Amino acid sequence: MKRIYVPADSTALAMGADEVAEAIGTEARERGLNVEIVRNGSRGLYWLEPLVEIDSPTGRLGYGNVEVEDVALLFDAGFPDGGVHEKALGLIEDIPYLKKQQRLTFARCGKIDPLSTDEYIAEGGLAGWRRALTIGPNATVEEVLASGLRGRGGAGFPTGIKWRTVAGASAEQKYVVCNADEGDSGTFADQMLLEGDPFTLIEGMAISAFAVGATQGYVYIRSEYPHAYGVFRNAIMRARAAGWLGENALGSGVAFDLEARLGAGAYICGEETSLLESLEGKRGQVRPKPPLPALQGLFGKPTVINNLLSFAAAPWILANGAKAYADFGMGRSRGTQPFQLAGDIARGGLVELALGVTIRQLIEDFGGGTRSGRPIRAVQVGGPLGAYFPDRLLDTELDYEKMAAVKGMLGHGGLVVFNDTVDLAAQARFAFDFCAKESCGKCTPCRIGSIRGVETVEKIIAGRNAEANVELVRDLCETMTDGSLCALGGLTPLPVISALDNFPEDFRDRPRMARAAE
Amino acid sequence: MMSREPWDAEEARGLIASRRDEPGAMLPILHDLLDRYGYIDDEAIPLIAEALNVSRAETLGVVSFYHDFRRAPVEGALMKLCRAESCQAAGCEDLVAYLVARHGLTVDAHEGGPITIETVYCLGHCAVSPAALLDGHPYARLTREKIDVLVAKAKGRPQ
Repeated sequence: MKRIYVPADSTALAMGADEVAEAIGTEARERGLNVEIVRNGSRGLYWLEPLVEIDSPTGRLGYGNVEVEDVALLFDAGFPDGGVHEKALGLIEDIPYLKKQQRLTFARCGKIDPLSTDEYIAEGGLAGWRRALTIGPNATVEEVLASGLRGRGGAGFPTGIKWRTVAGASAEQKYVVCNADEGDSGTFADQMLLEGDPFTLIEGMAISAFAVGATQGYVYIRSEYPHAYGVFRNAIMRARAAGWLGENALGSGVAFDLEARLGAGAYICGEETSLLESLEGKRGQVRPKPPLPALQGLFGKPTVINNLLSFAAAPWILANGAKAYADFGMGRSRGTQPFQLAGDIARGGLVELALGVTIRQLIEDFGGGTRSGRPIRAVQVGGPLGAYFPDRLLDTELDYEKMAAVKGMLGHGGLVVFNDTVDLAAQARFAFDFCAKESCGKCTPCRIGSIRGVETVEKIIAGRNAEANVELVRDLCETMTDGSLCALGGLTPLPVISALDNFPEDFRDRPRMARAAE
Repeated sequence: MMSREPWDAEEARGLIASRRDEPGAMLPILHDLLDRYGYIDDEAIPLIAEALNVSRAETLGVVSFYHDFRRAPVEGALMKLCRAESCQAAGCEDLVAYLVARHGLTVDAHEGGPITIETVYCLGHCAVSPAALLDGHPYARLTREKIDVLVAKAKGRPQ
């Protein structure tokens, strides 16, 4: 039977993949063709969705931006046996966007049926977990430490050190918690993996649990990702049915089970201590540190809390060895990062590459510049708490230290491209406004400072005492940076100050009075 | 996606009881109620408080903290329109203005009627911004024309 792949990834659905899958099914039936439609994840080449693939003797062939109206013509042209059609892309793996990537964590994404345990194993799944079981918990922790893996949520803390701390704590119950509260605009890697290769996350968490002696895991998924939540819950059930979860997980003799929990629309719950509070059934308010979650985390027990991308890197590291992973990257930033290209971008999608690639290489070589055709004016890197970069800084390498040196941060690896119509004063206002809306309210600089920030930037936009008010904003940012308990209040100044420093012209001589207080 | 069952305190009591022994049961319970009734009824607060052995104030504190736990039902279709940075860069604010000008629909106004539109910050479709969810179904690369189609679709849904 011919296999036809149509992604069921939610972004592909947003581009019409369900309708295309249905049309292909109908057309095949009418033509009396025996086909199997596989709902794979996305390859991350989102600008080509719905991206339909078929098998061929030389590899998978792709058809990009397939619309319902194209389906009959595709079959006329010889589909699903190939054939010439204007939407044919040739061999998927030869598309430069994909071919030039270094897919480690996302190697299987888009290739396999995300919910098939057999296909997962056939594509190298479980090799990391099995190796961990062979080398034992201590060696597993050391392996992750030696790989140089750092927290992919943005903070960049060495993952192996976290694991070692939890492993060294003695307690009857320990937990592993996955932060899949991917709230940063411009990021979608968590969603893509949850929907396209969920077993990788399950395996990564199982490896971590084995390494530190935890028996229960939680995955906290944001409610804005209803589809990902559904797919992942299904994946957990299948993993349990396959014996990967339960009292004797993967025949290891040790127990490990997993539960997916849904967030409730609070950005702050992406902050680790706030996430733990939320999992415990409380308001998502930030906890002071210490105590570290590694020692007193979920329900007061030692807890590994990692970003989804950190856990998802573990299976590859264990399967291929720490050195192989550390061979990617530069300086103290080892391994790969799934970068995400967003905003006004011609070829938006996920690009996994070794750390150290420049912003320009990503948005020009891969992204192809703006979709609108207008010139690029600013690129925000690292989500709502990341800096806005002007053209002269686009050759900065994406590595934790290099980004910090230009007063930015890598965050979750999202890059949002803005064209020349962007008003950076309006973006600075938005940064404060977002902080005001999403602040948990625990500390004053964040709760009140953000509101004062909105008001002051509005004065600047209205052209009132711009110079003095810019000074006031800088002063306020200093207070927020130094006086906030967590990264929301502490990093909101990052986009604001970068806008002031890199685009000062947007804050002076403002003639656009009307735009002031919307 | 959103269920519109009328509030039923007895049934809710059962839903709450079935989850009360789970660790950190508060959010799962609230999500169950939200799925079933489309909002969190005031009467649910004391029921949850009693089941979980916490105060009503604490329960209300949790409900009011999270954006999702609306306190009143939405009558018609619900559109969640993303207005975060990636969608801003791709023109979502133009769509917000267009919704008012062309359709008389103000985002976040909660005026009732066949379609309610709320701001949301990021749906994860940033590679193909701007994006929205209409009754749980995702749409991307929105344009004025696509907004017209979605509004018509929302108005045409069975009430």
